[in-house]
Amino acid sequence: MSSTHESAYPVHHVGHHFNNASDEFEAAKQGMWVFLVTEILMFGGLFVAYGIFRGMYPEMYVEAHHALQMKMGALNTIVLITSSLTMALAVSATQRGKKQRAIGMMAATIFLACCFLVVKYFEYSHKFHEGLLPGAFYSNTEITNPKAPLFFSLYFMMTGLHGIHVLIGIGLISWMILRSLRNEFSENFYTPVELVGFYWHFVDIVWIYLFPLLYLVS
Amino acid sequence: MQFPNLMPIAATDAAVRWNSLYNFLLGISVFFFVLVIGAMILFIIKYRAREGAKTFYFRDHHFLEACFIAIPTILLLGIFGWGYSVYNSMMRPPADALEIHVIGKQWLWQFQYDNGRTTIGNLYVPLNKPVKLIMTSQDVIHDFFIPNFRVKSDVVPGMYTSVWFEARVPGEHQVFCGMYCGTSHSQMLAKLVVLNDQQWAEFQRGKKIGPQPDARLNLAAEDTTADPSEAQAATIEPVSLATQGRAVFETKGCVSCHSAGDPTHGGANIGPSLAGIFGKNAALQDGQTIRRDESYLRQVIEQPQSHLLKGYQQSVMPTFKGLISETEMNSLIAYIKSLK
Amino acid sequence: MSNATTAAHGDNYLNHEKGLWSWLSTVDHKRIGLMYMATVLTYFLIGGIFALLIRLELLHPTQTIMDANTYNRMFTYHGAIMVFLVVVPAIPTTLGNFLLPMMLGAKDVAFPKLNLASYYVYLAGGLFATASLFLRGADTGWTFYTPYSIRTSGTVILVLTGAFIAGFSSILTGLNFIITIHKLRAPGLTWSRLPLFVWATYATSIIQILATPVLAITLALLVMERVLRIGIFDPAIGGDPVLFQHFFWFYSHPAVYIMILPAFGVVSEVIPVFSRKPIFGYKAIAYSSFAIALIAFIVWGHHMFVSGESEFAAFLFSLITMFVAVPTGVKVFSWVGTMYGGSIRFNAPMLYAFGFLELFTVGGLTGVFLATLAVNVHLTETYFVVAHFHYVMVGGTLMALLAGMHFWFPKMFGKMYSESCARVAWFLILVGFNVTFFPQFILGAQGMPRRYWSYLPEFTLLNQISTVGSWLIAAGFLFTAFYLIKALISGEKAPSNPWNALTLDWQTPSPPPHDNFPVTPIVTDWPYEYRPDGAIVPIQGAAPLPA
Repeated sequence: MSSTHESAYPVHHVGHHFNNASDEFEAAKQGMWVFLVTEILMFGGLFVAYGIFRGMYPEMYVEAHHALQMKMGALNTIVLITSSLTMALAVSATQRGKKQRAIGMMAATIFLACCFLVVKYFEYSHKFHEGLLPGAFYSNTEITNPKAPLFFSLYFMMTGLHGIHVLIGIGLISWMILRSLRNEFSENFYTPVELVGFYWHFVDIVWIYLFPLLYLVS
Repeated sequence: MQFPNLMPIAATDAAVRWNSLYNFLLGISVFFFVLVIGAMILFIIKYRAREGAKTFYFRDHHFLEACFIAIPTILLLGIFGWGYSVYNSMMRPPADALEIHVIGKQWLWQFQYDNGRTTIGNLYVPLNKPVKLIMTSQDVIHDFFIPNFRVKSDVVPGMYTSVWFEARVPGEHQVFCGMYCGTSHSQMLAKLVVLNDQQWAEFQRGKKIGPQPDARLNLAAEDTTADPSEAQAATIEPVSLATQGRAVFETKGCVSCHSAGDPTHGGANIGPSLAGIFGKNAALQDGQTIRRDESYLRQVIEQPQSHLLKGYQQSVMPTFKGLISETEMNSLIAYIKSLK
Repeated sequence: MSNATTAAHGDNYLNHEKGLWSWLSTVDHKRIGLMYMATVLTYFLIGGIFALLIRLELLHPTQTIMDANTYNRMFTYHGAIMVFLVVVPAIPTTLGNFLLPMMLGAKDVAFPKLNLASYYVYLAGGLFATASLFLRGADTGWTFYTPYSIRTSGTVILVLTGAFIAGFSSILTGLNFIITIHKLRAPGLTWSRLPLFVWATYATSIIQILATPVLAITLALLVMERVLRIGIFDPAIGGDPVLFQHFFWFYSHPAVYIMILPAFGVVSEVIPVFSRKPIFGYKAIAYSSFAIALIAFIVWGHHMFVSGESEFAAFLFSLITMFVAVPTGVKVFSWVGTMYGGSIRFNAPMLYAFGFLELFTVGGLTGVFLATLAVNVHLTETYFVVAHFHYVMVGGTLMALLAGMHFWFPKMFGKMYSESCARVAWFLILVGFNVTFFPQFILGAQGMPRRYWSYLPEFTLLNQISTVGSWLIAAGFLFTAFYLIKALISGEKAPSNPWNALTLDWQTPSPPPHDNFPVTPIVTDWPYEYRPDGAIVPIQGAAPLPA
């Protein structure tokens, strides 16, 4: 009931060290961009390791990547892209003060994120079963290339770090739903939702790089 | 300029060139130190706070600032060029250099010679002949450091690194492990013993070489004669490293698939022939070209899949990683190198 | 409580709120700066005790007080604590936190809560790393080279996790400072009027956010090597141990500039104030920080000239490394140029700036030795390197930290310390430092490798001189602690601007009020307008100060 009542919104207080709300919003946005740059560099380390070993053992990558389930990876790509869309809709609904719609869209985003993790769970358990494990635990006998354990080390490190980011994303979006329910956002103050949106798009983009690098080696 | 006690002796020509560069750097550093700190002290004295004194007022001086940039840049480029030229000569061994294999392991140094001898702790090399050390490690990273020669290289498991030198001073030279490698890192020492022609010939024949004087004592009198009482009679006829490798070639079963270009030895051409391949380029199945050096041979012996030659869709050769020791590997490579 | 009584009690940030909890939960950048200072100094004490024990062990060529395994743990913890927990955060988190908003005329950093969170992240990282001391410890050296760090026993994972966590504190602090500088400058404070400390902090923050994430992923992968044996850095499983070195130095070389750039900033503030002259070459000093930050990212391979890296890589890395010396030289020349024709006063901060110049010049010049390819081959991994980076990191950063602490002590606490005590301590530290580390250059040139628990008898004399020097440094620091604590308790009250400095941080009472400035200042000129007649013009506008 409170959703349409202007007076029901708790007023967000601009930090005492900012001149006005727009300065504060700009600072927060810039801060998020800088944070995402640091995230890119962190994933960058793994991408560089991937690239170096691919340069050294190209034929091993080709052989090993056939063990990944390309269809499940493709499905997850579609799931994540859709979740980016629902998140964008949630941000825009928050900006326009449409609380119910925003909460609905965020719930949809969380649902899709969970779908992603469930698919990932099936992929992981398939690999555990086949002995396609990182490094010293590798026990698969079908792939004959002796360097293949490295590919699966990289696979688990890269998708694992990405998976942790998906989990953190689910936590952040849940928190945003909670704050929406407490009427903390309005047309005048929606910074946290927008920033979580940035983060979620970033997680999506990382996957869009991971998918072809791991599943579509040629 | 000589710094007798500040530096180790310079026992190779490269070390002498190194010393000139080092002394130049010392000189230029002293000059800039005196310039900067001298100016600072001068200003401290001359411009110390006094009643009624007026200070200068200027913010910039573009010409001076341009000098601050230009002069050091030119000097540094010169230093870089000099440093690179000395480095370059230290990195390129002559083609006829005597090759000795070095294996580092926690915490000792092992040396394998062409003639099949193996020593631990003492590396014997001939005087006035270029020597190339081909080094690898059995466990963690070590570093072979000979201060008197100004050379050093990490010794890394799974790959070969090398240093080379031509010793000019006979006697014993200190060798350190330069890369921290655990508990007894500081005791992982070795002596590099430079032998004169006669001693070297004895060593080649398998004689035991007794303790030699410290090379620093030999620097003045560059010629020493071996004490004949030290040399003992040869007890075993050494087998050359390549011959040992031939035995490995047989016992490990290489011979059943690879031709050695020798009608009496190998011939089933399941795998590529190994005759005369060393040091040459080869085309790979993925279109790349690779030089077949020690590291290449080691890789394809340990993991045949890693470089498939052109014309081979897959490898039926087993993986030898873990099945062949570092000493066997060195002798096997020596054998392949010897094939014509 | 009326406004009048508040003013009568001198409402400042120290007594604005009371009680331990008001400190632990504060979001005031000044209080957070002091909390960092207390923590950094605690870790400095721990790392310093390890240093003294290391030097004591090296008094004799063989065992003196501990066995090799203990010694290896000592230098590992000395290095890891001093690098990750002391020298990297030393100036940005303490002086940076305290001063950055004040120099900008702001009330706080952009994200005060994040700032407090960074502190606790740092504290947690430190606790992880030091907790492992009470278990089996780690003996990898602070560089964690593989495959040794994968094979050795001990609680390496705890130390790695500690450094990993502390890294996030560094990232978040850098992020906070960048946005603060972008968004919270006072009216009139254009980029060309920024104090040089702010410029230096800005360049540092950029390195922090770009390099530290790579360290984070590298350390995380190393933890995975130990837990899951993933083999990326382990040759036994087909990985590449040298790749670890590339990753590690991609952070750890820029980290050297995270350590030294803020020191440049402090010295650039101190020298004009005590020379009573405008800083010479303002733009050259400001831009050279960015030149250094940029080059910092493309020289990491100079740590690996003997690691088996290709000749071509060595060629490039050596060439580029040479260019680091150019902007660094520009700074040194500009500082000395600032003193030319000044009216130089010998207060403690300026003495430390002199000390900085002496030690940093030696450290910088020996850096050229190590950048030169052939020379590096002999000197790397010896005591020459140890002496070089102590001259830069301790002689540079720590001297500048001491200069800064003495410079801003009156501002932070509103108390003055004893100048004569400060001189004695300065003399002890400076002389002690040179006695400790200069002989190490000679040891290194003679060929003594680093991280040696025992050494050849011929190295004994120089090692003993070095050990005696370490006692002088310790005496100097103990004495400093003594007179600064005494000043805190019973020091004279400090005026708001005891050094007649012009930056905004001095245009407010000592200690500053909770919101930093009674009135938001309006800036009309750069902060180094020291006129020839010595007149102090309140150029940087602020409200009239209380007497």
